[in-house]
Amino acid sequence: MGVEGIGARVARKEDKRFITGGGRYVDDMVVPGMKHAVFVRSPYAHAQIRKIDVKAAQAMPGVIGVLTGKELKADGIGNLICGWMIHSRDGTPMKMGAWSALAVDKVRYVGDAVVVVVADTKGQARDAAEAVEITYKELKSVTDASKAMDKGAPQIHPEAENNLIFDWDIGNADETEAAFKKAAHVVEMDIINNRLVPNAMEPRAALGHYDKAEDHYTCWTTSQNPHVARLVMSAFYNVAPENKLRVIAPDVGGGFGSKIYIYPEEIVCLWASKKTGVPVKWVADRTESFLCDAHGRDHHSHCAMAFDEDHKILGFKVETKANLGAYMSLFSSATPTYLYATLLSGQYDIPAIHANVKAIYTNTAPVDAYRGAGRPEAAFNVERMMEVAARQFGMSPAELRRKNFITAFPHQTPVIMNYDAGDFATSLDAAMKEADYAGFEKRRAKAKKAGKLRGIGFSCYIEACGIAPSAAVGSLGAGVGLWESAEVRVNAVGTIEVLTGSHSHGQGHETTFSQLVAQRLSVPLDSISIVHGDTDKVQMGMGTYGSRSGAVGMSAIVKALDKVEAKARKIAAHLLEADESDIVIENGELKVAGTDKSVPWFQMALAAYTAHNLPAGMEPGLKETAFYDPANFTFPAGCYICEVEIDPETGHTDIVQFVAADDFGNIINPMIVEGQVHGGVAQGVGQALLEGANYDETGQLLTASYMDYTMPRAGDLPSFKVSTSSTPSPSNPLGLKGCGEAGAIGSPPAVINAITDAIGTENITMPATPQKVWAAIRTVKH
Amino acid sequence: MSDVSLTVNGRRVSGTVEDRTLLVHFLRENLGLTGTHVGCDTSQCGACVIHVDGKAVKSCTMLAVQASGSEILTIEGLANGGDLHPVQAAFKEHHGLQCGFCTPGMIMTATDMIARHPEGLDEATVRTELEGNICRCTGYHNIVKAILAASKTMAKGSKTRTKRAA
Repeated sequence: MGVEGIGARVARKEDKRFITGGGRYVDDMVVPGMKHAVFVRSPYAHAQIRKIDVKAAQAMPGVIGVLTGKELKADGIGNLICGWMIHSRDGTPMKMGAWSALAVDKVRYVGDAVVVVVADTKGQARDAAEAVEITYKELKSVTDASKAMDKGAPQIHPEAENNLIFDWDIGNADETEAAFKKAAHVVEMDIINNRLVPNAMEPRAALGHYDKAEDHYTCWTTSQNPHVARLVMSAFYNVAPENKLRVIAPDVGGGFGSKIYIYPEEIVCLWASKKTGVPVKWVADRTESFLCDAHGRDHHSHCAMAFDEDHKILGFKVETKANLGAYMSLFSSATPTYLYATLLSGQYDIPAIHANVKAIYTNTAPVDAYRGAGRPEAAFNVERMMEVAARQFGMSPAELRRKNFITAFPHQTPVIMNYDAGDFATSLDAAMKEADYAGFEKRRAKAKKAGKLRGIGFSCYIEACGIAPSAAVGSLGAGVGLWESAEVRVNAVGTIEVLTGSHSHGQGHETTFSQLVAQRLSVPLDSISIVHGDTDKVQMGMGTYGSRSGAVGMSAIVKALDKVEAKARKIAAHLLEADESDIVIENGELKVAGTDKSVPWFQMALAAYTAHNLPAGMEPGLKETAFYDPANFTFPAGCYICEVEIDPETGHTDIVQFVAADDFGNIINPMIVEGQVHGGVAQGVGQALLEGANYDETGQLLTASYMDYTMPRAGDLPSFKVSTSSTPSPSNPLGLKGCGEAGAIGSPPAVINAITDAIGTENITMPATPQKVWAAIRTVKH
Repeated sequence: MSDVSLTVNGRRVSGTVEDRTLLVHFLRENLGLTGTHVGCDTSQCGACVIHVDGKAVKSCTMLAVQASGSEILTIEGLANGGDLHPVQAAFKEHHGLQCGFCTPGMIMTATDMIARHPEGLDEATVRTELEGNICRCTGYHNIVKAILAASKTMAKGSKTRTKRAA
């Protein structure tokens, strides 16, 4: 196909509206009569609500309604739920505490929503929110998961004794113990994966509109999966039955996981719209986003790896405490379990693995999937262990990895995953070559002369994408299936609309999905439109997260295209009086192979709709639907190398080069794939060097603005050297693996391995700020 | 309440606003120019950058009344009819945007940056000058590339114009 099909570096179709100010985000939506909501939130990490007095607020100018959790409960709005059931090792189900969209008798973190004020303007709503009087009795709080199970720690939910939500195991404890008994070397380490705030640039927003005449609700929301939002709000929160609720996720300004979940605010906006009789819009301030968007990571782990005399890995043991915050967010239980511990084998042939994960309530914002979701935590543990082990053995970190690589596929790991394809050595070789690894010691010596400490670090990550086979995730506790749907509509003039359950919030689906259709049906990109993000247009879908839009979403489109193509061939064969098997589709025509007989694509489409001359018994029209349920996960993998130079006087780390060599299987648009890697690596470098959500001992979030939480800026990052190789995934028709999260998964260990190489101590936690690096340098003789 | 009267994208506009109304809210809510975005509360993210009397300004740091009498250029007024501004074209060509939310502010910052550096730009200067604009999607790699490319295109364009004038 060449210029516009699969593999072409096509500029994005969606760009025009974004570069001219024509994007349409939720905050840009205006509905006649629309009013504005402001939430009154808990200033305490843990407190009983003694009294709520809304009288003064109700009397403020412009105020339409001041609503509380009691009224919400009285109207039958259900509690928020976590949709993935995890059982503890003793067989008991996870202990989920109640989460009301507006707190009724207790608040459990700073930012917990208590009251909503609706007023003519946002300013008036804000003024009135200030006038709401809530009397609290402050309770003792705990924010650190490693202390929340201590004796005397406050009890956050009555359902979860000692704040323990579940105590879960994976792998084989006995075999792992046996492996450690026969080990020649054991490497052990405590590893913290720092808490992050996703920080999509568009703050979350919701606009709820109840139409009394139709008894129908519409919700515009910043969602990565509007259909899941509709399903959950109908099935569990009793907002409205599905046929009476339309959810629209228009242009969405980044998600990174944080916009998967259904939060209190959209539920409250819909309910408040019915209650007050006006459409209600809420837009988060950035500080609200910091306080209330689901945070990411926050794992404390103890890792031990056993090796034989020849430095082959015998076993891997991990104990992790995962902080889930004050409430269980929608998929919070899956992140530190099946998205995390199933990847603890890394790229290595490890005969025995055992992991134990304790998920713990604390008085902090809920924690859920953030770009990578569990896999960055797994990769960080595995890749820090490998680097530290190589240093302890006096081996090259590349050679230790190479010695332990899995080289034959399929490979069954001891932790569920069955890797179906990969070539880890090729990525390692490509990265080492691009980074000029051979020349590193010279560069280190030169830096030393200039008074600088130079270091280099590896990361050979693997992850699981394309989530996921529905029956498999169902057996592991998922409350939903993780298939995807597509509908391909060929119009009477031959133009095409593709309706997809995937949702683009920066990924460029309008371009890549069109490239697939252009390739298959030989029509120009401009004649193809991608429709997504509206439950009234697309029947059902599971949305975009876990790098699933290519491997799962596009596979559904392939299935629908198969059906469209089959029918188009039948029509063309009939019109051309040829055999169906002789029809080829190329250059905008359906041709009889080896002849000059052809019918243009648009004429075939017109024939489908005029129905004057169709094969006997054929239904008119040309529109097909498909659901695709993946056969397996996909396994993107690669090698990242980071080189740093540190100023020992200031502790400042300069990333002097960053190399990413990834295997994403086949690629639809290399330009978009590279962009995904750039962005993912920037977030990973942010985690390693700059970002950290910090609560003080009273549960106040100290990092609740861009003045306090260090976002990576252009000056903090280098230009990246990215390349790809391909072992196509055998599990989906296009051979795609997914590329959205790799950068964020693979980069933190590469950065920390480089820093620890430079400073000569392993004793540093993320983010490795100048202060921490400076202090660490002073613990080592240089 | 105060009256404001200003020129936005070449058009005279006026309105009556609460004194505390920020310029960005006046543009978005009174004029319906929703291309200018609000991404933070602390004038850090730069999603709201516009030009006020020819200079890049964060429109969340200015009251609407302070802008009375000014000439404003927003992202909606940057293209010349159907022709994209060279910075807009470069962002598209070099994939300098993903979700598009920071993009209007980035483009308005970049046009101002290029105008202030007629001698040309290098990567280090672009990265330093982007200090006031945050992007969460692109890792800045392609934004930097797009700005450098646009700077070159515009330098060539201005040389051609100078020659023609001579």
